[in-house]
Amino acid sequence: MTRGNPFPTFPSRKTRAVSKWGDRIFLVLTAVAAAGLIAVLVALVVVLYHGSLPTINALGLNFLYTLTWNPQGNVYGIVPFAIGTLLTSAIALLLAIPLSIGAAIFLTQHAPTWLREPVAQVIQLLAAIPSVVYGFWGLIVLVPIMRYDVDPILANVLGWTGWFSGRHIGLDVLTASVVLSIMTVPTITAISKDSILAVPRSQKEAALSLGATDWEVSRRAVIPYARSGIIAGIVLGLGRALGETMAVTLVIGNANVIPTSLFSQGQTIASLIANDFFEQETPLELPALLEAALFLLIITLAVNIVARWIQARFQAGRAVGAE
Amino acid sequence: MAILSDTIKMDVQHLGAFYGKSRAIEDINIQVPDRKVTAIIGPSGCGKSTLIRCLNRLHETTPKARVEGSVLLDGEDLYQLDPTAVRRRVGMVFQKPNPFATMSIYNNVSAPLRFNGRPSREETDAAVLRALKQAALWDEVRDRVDAPATSLSGGQQQRLCIARALAANPEVLLMDEPCSALDPIATAKIEELIGQLKNDYTVVIVTHNMQQAARVSEFTAFLYLGKLVEFGPTEDLFERPKEKLTESYITGRFG
Amino acid sequence: MFDRAMRRKLFSHGMTILTGATVVIVLIPLFWIIYESALLGGSVFSLGFFTQNIPAPCSAHTGVTCSTEGVGSAIQGTVYLLLLASLYSVPVGLGAAIFAVEYGGQRAFARAISMAADVLSGVPSIVAGMFIYALLIVYEPAIVFSVFSGSLALGVIMLPIVMRTSEEALRTIPHSVREAALALGISRWKTSVRIILVGALPGVLTGVLLSIARAAGEAAPLLLLDNGSLHPCLSVDTVCQSLSLTIYLGATSASSNYVAIAWGAALLLIIIILGLSIVSQLVLNRTARKWGQGS
Repeated sequence: MTRGNPFPTFPSRKTRAVSKWGDRIFLVLTAVAAAGLIAVLVALVVVLYHGSLPTINALGLNFLYTLTWNPQGNVYGIVPFAIGTLLTSAIALLLAIPLSIGAAIFLTQHAPTWLREPVAQVIQLLAAIPSVVYGFWGLIVLVPIMRYDVDPILANVLGWTGWFSGRHIGLDVLTASVVLSIMTVPTITAISKDSILAVPRSQKEAALSLGATDWEVSRRAVIPYARSGIIAGIVLGLGRALGETMAVTLVIGNANVIPTSLFSQGQTIASLIANDFFEQETPLELPALLEAALFLLIITLAVNIVARWIQARFQAGRAVGAE
Repeated sequence: MAILSDTIKMDVQHLGAFYGKSRAIEDINIQVPDRKVTAIIGPSGCGKSTLIRCLNRLHETTPKARVEGSVLLDGEDLYQLDPTAVRRRVGMVFQKPNPFATMSIYNNVSAPLRFNGRPSREETDAAVLRALKQAALWDEVRDRVDAPATSLSGGQQQRLCIARALAANPEVLLMDEPCSALDPIATAKIEELIGQLKNDYTVVIVTHNMQQAARVSEFTAFLYLGKLVEFGPTEDLFERPKEKLTESYITGRFG
Repeated sequence: MFDRAMRRKLFSHGMTILTGATVVIVLIPLFWIIYESALLGGSVFSLGFFTQNIPAPCSAHTGVTCSTEGVGSAIQGTVYLLLLASLYSVPVGLGAAIFAVEYGGQRAFARAISMAADVLSGVPSIVAGMFIYALLIVYEPAIVFSVFSGSLALGVIMLPIVMRTSEEALRTIPHSVREAALALGISRWKTSVRIILVGALPGVLTGVLLSIARAAGEAAPLLLLDNGSLHPCLSVDTVCQSLSLTIYLGATSASSNYVAIAWGAALLLIIIILGLSIVSQLVLNRTARKWGQGS
């Protein structure tokens, strides 16, 4: 029986040569793409640093603790905006965390299985809405409601704390925080839901067999086990909130001062950049804005890295302890 | 029937292989005769799969894998040639049938042709027909060559993979435990197939089933803990084993 | 008298209701925003809304007929931006993903590339805008304010999304497929492109659609780089209008027609983004079924 086949010269010398070069070119092209991605990340830091050198040289570390921002007087301090950023993000998390974790608990422990994913997907739609739409809606719809309906109640009930003093015009730190919290919910809910689902059944069953109620099972067995994952989700949500621009800048009142109450107009680092970018009256103003951008970049990157690190530890811990 | 009187198709010389730091096989010397079936047997973890994957240079595609020694095919060291070219001459069939799930039966078999050249429709048809016939699958699929490959049973899928490997027109066909995922009837069909394939191809088969090795092969290599214990004509190895270790394995004293 | 067990049970039921309430509370803003957009945005939808360029600002109570038609120039601008941004981000993101999966496998540097993409995805969009500004002002000041420059910033935002989703898609292809192809003597690059990538294409496509959906809504970088024109794009080096900035315009303008147009733009954006998400989900489902057949 012959070994003859229709392809005595298969594969041709040409094919052999092409595939060798093909492999080489392909490797180079994809390696360049990968390097490009890393290069973008590096360039972000380098370019912003380079652009802010004038202010870095002129002000040095003062930038980090000066309390005012006055381009005319060449005084540039990030403090009012760092406070604005932290305050809005903190309040946003304060509002979002109980709501998100509550939703995650309900979806994983109480809701019927067929309902879980669809509702979770719907909650994720909150993340799909562009932030400029949030800002626009916040300005047109939410601000009047805050000004005329919500703020007076808050001033009456909680005014004694000192946090709700002063005139309330609706464009303030509080409204910005509320909008921010709505935007942070989907992130925390999604990650909390996944973390809770990753808890082994045995944990839940052990608690149930000890006579715990559903809530006690959640509170004492499930949530503690999922704690790292949930915290990672919160930190990730924080990272998003820190960098949020459009939603905040339209409702926060854009005052470059340290807020003294939740009804104060304020400014976050992100909204500062958006707001003051076109002013550029003095030569140091642009580099100062670039330095603010660099500052914001470093903070958000750090927060993100921490979040991913917590997540990685959570996965590893689970792998070790899982059944 | 001494080894010397057959032509040696593949000469494995001092072959060793590593996964990272840990050594899988050491100083393997085997002479694979042309157009015969050579079986590689041994207990689990002895390195049989690693060995056969070194014969078509697939082992080195695993991260941190390393090979030492040489494998001569018709006198040429495979490790001095382009790996892709090597794999066109030395084909492989895997333990778990792995047809391309998104392709039809026809496209699976013609894949090596389509991806390595630009054959005409007639050439491809002829090659696919020949391969399917050689793999004893043609009669079962002649009416549905355009059906998805996944519509076949496990045994048929494995024969499809054999047809696909044959369509590449290799000189050597490596089979890594080809029947271990199949039922006895499908296994018998494939063993019968191997009996026919050896007329045209050199076959090397890894198997954990000693009876299968005894049935299908002319030569057998027995591996234990990464080392070659004994290699020789199958009949001799099974009836008059030279090493005590071989005898223990064959008589079932350890699995 | 309620004993302790009863109290615990009641408390548990109460918490169940409370957590159910949080789901409702969380969804209220979503439906509220969609409702307002549908109501106020839908009322300005007309053929002219999608084809006419942004009109002059005016307010209804001046008695002059105030046009709310349309966002034609904005749609065109957004399309330009997304096309250009995809042009940069898709090849680079896909290429990086292929490199990580095919050549990196499980190795450390593959994970480093994934991590870099994850870190990059956390960059605020306004920072991306400032980055492109600082970059171009030094090297190509002429196009600092242009649709091209805006698209670069959007590309930076899209890149990590494309890379990570492509990587996930490529990793779903079982290793046995790769081995089968290599064992047939098919070269590495052909295996990667014509077998693996083709198999992962739906997932990759989904990632691209999702990244486009994300970029379509971005306004912050455009505020800096591609702001101020009401006219349609004439060339890549001019400033164009965009849907997201149209909304910003409505928010910061005193003219009532701009507010109405902004609602329309908001509704349009929401529809586009939802549409892209649904399409990509359908694409994914179809492939899951295809690959799911047989073993």
